[in-house]
Amino acid sequence: MSEELPETKPAEAADAAEGADVQALTVEELTDALAADWDNPLRDERDRRLPRIAGPSGLVIFGVTGDLSRKKLMPAVYDLANRGMLPPGFSLVGFARRDWEDQDFAQVVHDSVREHSRTEFREEVWQQLAEGMRFIPGDFDDDTAFKQLRAAVDELDTSRGTSGNYAFYLSVPPKFFPKVVQQLKKHGLATAAEGSWRRAVIEKPFGRDLKSARELNKIVHEVFDPDQVFRIDHYLGKETVQNILALRFANQMYEPIWNRSYVDHIQITMAEDIGIGGRAGYYDGIGSARDVIQNHLLQLMALTAMEEPIAFDEEALLTEKLKVLKSVRLPQELGEHTVFGQYAEGWQGGEKVVGYLEEDGIDPQSKTDTYAAVKLEVDNRRWAGIPFYLRTGKRLGRRVTEIAVVFKRAPHSPFDSSATEELGQNAIVIRVQPDEGMTVRFGSKVPGTSMEIRDVSMDFAYGESFTESSPEAYERLILDVLLGDANLFPRHQEVEESWKILDPIEEYWANNGKPAQYSSGSWGPQEADEMLARDGRSWRRP
Amino acid sequence: MKIDLSDTTASKINKALVQGRRDIGTPAVGMVLTMVIVTDEENAYDSIKAAEEASHEHPSRTLVVIKRHARTPRDRTNSHLDAEVRVGADAGTGETVVLRTYGEVSDHADSVVLPLLLPDAPVVVWWPGDAPEIPAKDPLGALAQRRITDLYAATNPIEALNARAHSYAPGDTDLAWTRLTPWRSMLAAALDQAKSKITSGAVESEADNPAAELLARWLEARLKVKIDRVVTEGPVITAVRLGTGAGEVVIDRPEGPLATLSLPGQPSRTLALKVRTTSELIAEELRRLDADEMYAIALRAEGTKETPSHV
Repeated sequence: MSEELPETKPAEAADAAEGADVQALTVEELTDALAADWDNPLRDERDRRLPRIAGPSGLVIFGVTGDLSRKKLMPAVYDLANRGMLPPGFSLVGFARRDWEDQDFAQVVHDSVREHSRTEFREEVWQQLAEGMRFIPGDFDDDTAFKQLRAAVDELDTSRGTSGNYAFYLSVPPKFFPKVVQQLKKHGLATAAEGSWRRAVIEKPFGRDLKSARELNKIVHEVFDPDQVFRIDHYLGKETVQNILALRFANQMYEPIWNRSYVDHIQITMAEDIGIGGRAGYYDGIGSARDVIQNHLLQLMALTAMEEPIAFDEEALLTEKLKVLKSVRLPQELGEHTVFGQYAEGWQGGEKVVGYLEEDGIDPQSKTDTYAAVKLEVDNRRWAGIPFYLRTGKRLGRRVTEIAVVFKRAPHSPFDSSATEELGQNAIVIRVQPDEGMTVRFGSKVPGTSMEIRDVSMDFAYGESFTESSPEAYERLILDVLLGDANLFPRHQEVEESWKILDPIEEYWANNGKPAQYSSGSWGPQEADEMLARDGRSWRRP
Repeated sequence: MKIDLSDTTASKINKALVQGRRDIGTPAVGMVLTMVIVTDEENAYDSIKAAEEASHEHPSRTLVVIKRHARTPRDRTNSHLDAEVRVGADAGTGETVVLRTYGEVSDHADSVVLPLLLPDAPVVVWWPGDAPEIPAKDPLGALAQRRITDLYAATNPIEALNARAHSYAPGDTDLAWTRLTPWRSMLAAALDQAKSKITSGAVESEADNPAAELLARWLEARLKVKIDRVVTEGPVITAVRLGTGAGEVVIDRPEGPLATLSLPGQPSRTLALKVRTTSELIAEELRRLDADEMYAIALRAEGTKETPSHV
């Protein structure tokens, strides 16, 4: 709880020194303020009721009219305010090409909060938030708009006490990133005054291959310090994903079997039941592997496979995750151990849906994958020879994300084979969404029979043991950005390593074969089942 | 579903719990603690409701102990126990057992409660009304990791507060303290911004408000300055003023949930400071089950680093 304190100390001290000049304090107070370790006497690490409140700050959202902003960001900001996590004077600035006044913007936020916020709507919280809302109409090319933004930011510093601390959330397509960051630089918005901070928040996709990812990183890092760039992978904000680390490293009972001696293989699945919807323009040419495997699934894999970090801080986590990503080995025969597919028309959950190639705005000759499955290995002592099967797809059976660690069979069974006919392999399944929790599968005697062993599952559900009210991923991540806590954000090194893994696969797909067709509502193409059958395994039905 | 048992024992109640669970087809999973509510008939309904609401965040087995006073002298010698077992939709997300004790068994309620505690899970005791003089020495209180009292229920709150300070043991906590969390976190955030030494202070509240007294003591302990207690019309705490060399840091909440924060040299801002419901307070209490050292420090208005010893 107190890890943010040391970080902010130098900033506070510098700020205090500045304040001391203008306010002409007495000598005693000046010494007090200048003392490098100005500690707030009201804070104490033993006082665990006091929440982690972000320091004075503001959030500027570019592309504030977008879906993500309306459905996730603004409700998350409100929920944070409602939980008392935002500092007094917190300000929200929207930037978009709309002819709006501040009030119109406030109305839009109001509506989206009403509709999508997790916590109940409270007028007083809304008032507190609404006072700090500003809207800047304009294009990203428009110098006047950025001048206005600069003025708004300066005005908020004096009128709301945001102390020059701003996070710029780029909720815009990546092609606009260069423009926006250049404009921020040009208008002096990206440089923080002594003792304050300016941070950039960007969303996936982080490029479309290693080359473009590097270019993008270069552009952003020219303007913002790499430590001040926060890449949102909203999966990492989910409680269950954070719980992977707690599960593995806070307990004694899992880690001893978490290795090649006991684990047979690991399956990581992210399935969606929807098609591409209206995102044809974004999706075609990108595909599911770039959209999902490169970031979410490789991150989940890194967290599942990594060694214990020396501490729960960004640097230690980065070190361990990077080690895993760097030791990933691709299969020799990419054709045998990777599969890409496209959904064909079919019936999904009682609804007739069209195939990918018939979707509006999609080239009928498109080779874009809506399903991807790959086999990876991690070359280290813990995992040598143990396959990690990663798969993702659209229009699959249901929406689910899970990590299944499947164990080897017991080396010897005293029971005869008829008794254990129905016994599968033991498994630990971490359910990331929906119904967050964990399942352990093991064999148990069927009551009443002489000896018959069958699989049963033991369940831990978050919704059961803690709260229906666990915070949304975006709440957690936005708060972390304001606190400057980068534990749950992939760094640019990880992004680049992930592309190094995916690039050869994408290249192989581009030059060999066509996407396998699978009917919508199924669990993927036949070829994916064959891919596992070759290894003598089969996919779990999630 | 509900199962009524009259003139019963703990083992029969346990059987009824298992039976109830089987009948509705859900196993007992995921319950994280046992909550024991010790109350009278008058406060029972509201407290059970608050506990059930809080159980959405912390699924728990709730044991409600109600001491009944029999009317006739003959009944008074007749000691017996009635129970009402609620599982499934009738009991929030956990299980609730309402225990009514008559006669002598009332003095041995712990013997009924002990076999009904969830294995391994922490135990919390809550007295919504009258609390024992020394909560940690109470037979039921002794079973618990966490003992929740409420100074607002005391007839003479300030006297009760001093008694609590005297009898404090790790694990004690009070809802009057819980009610202060939003105030305290806003004051801490205000000081994060003001970044200056506090030279004086005042807490304004209605007369004899135990939360205000606790807040003043906490500020005294942390800021090492004398805090004035100013009596206003209320409701509850209306303002906190902290003097710095450059001016005053003020959080002013004259009425309603909307407060104003003023910092020297900065424009004033609006803050939401809502009065929370009992179930929200209980839910906050249950989030942490270890000793609340800051509460002990506030109770005693002392800024020392030592951990208060068991009394």
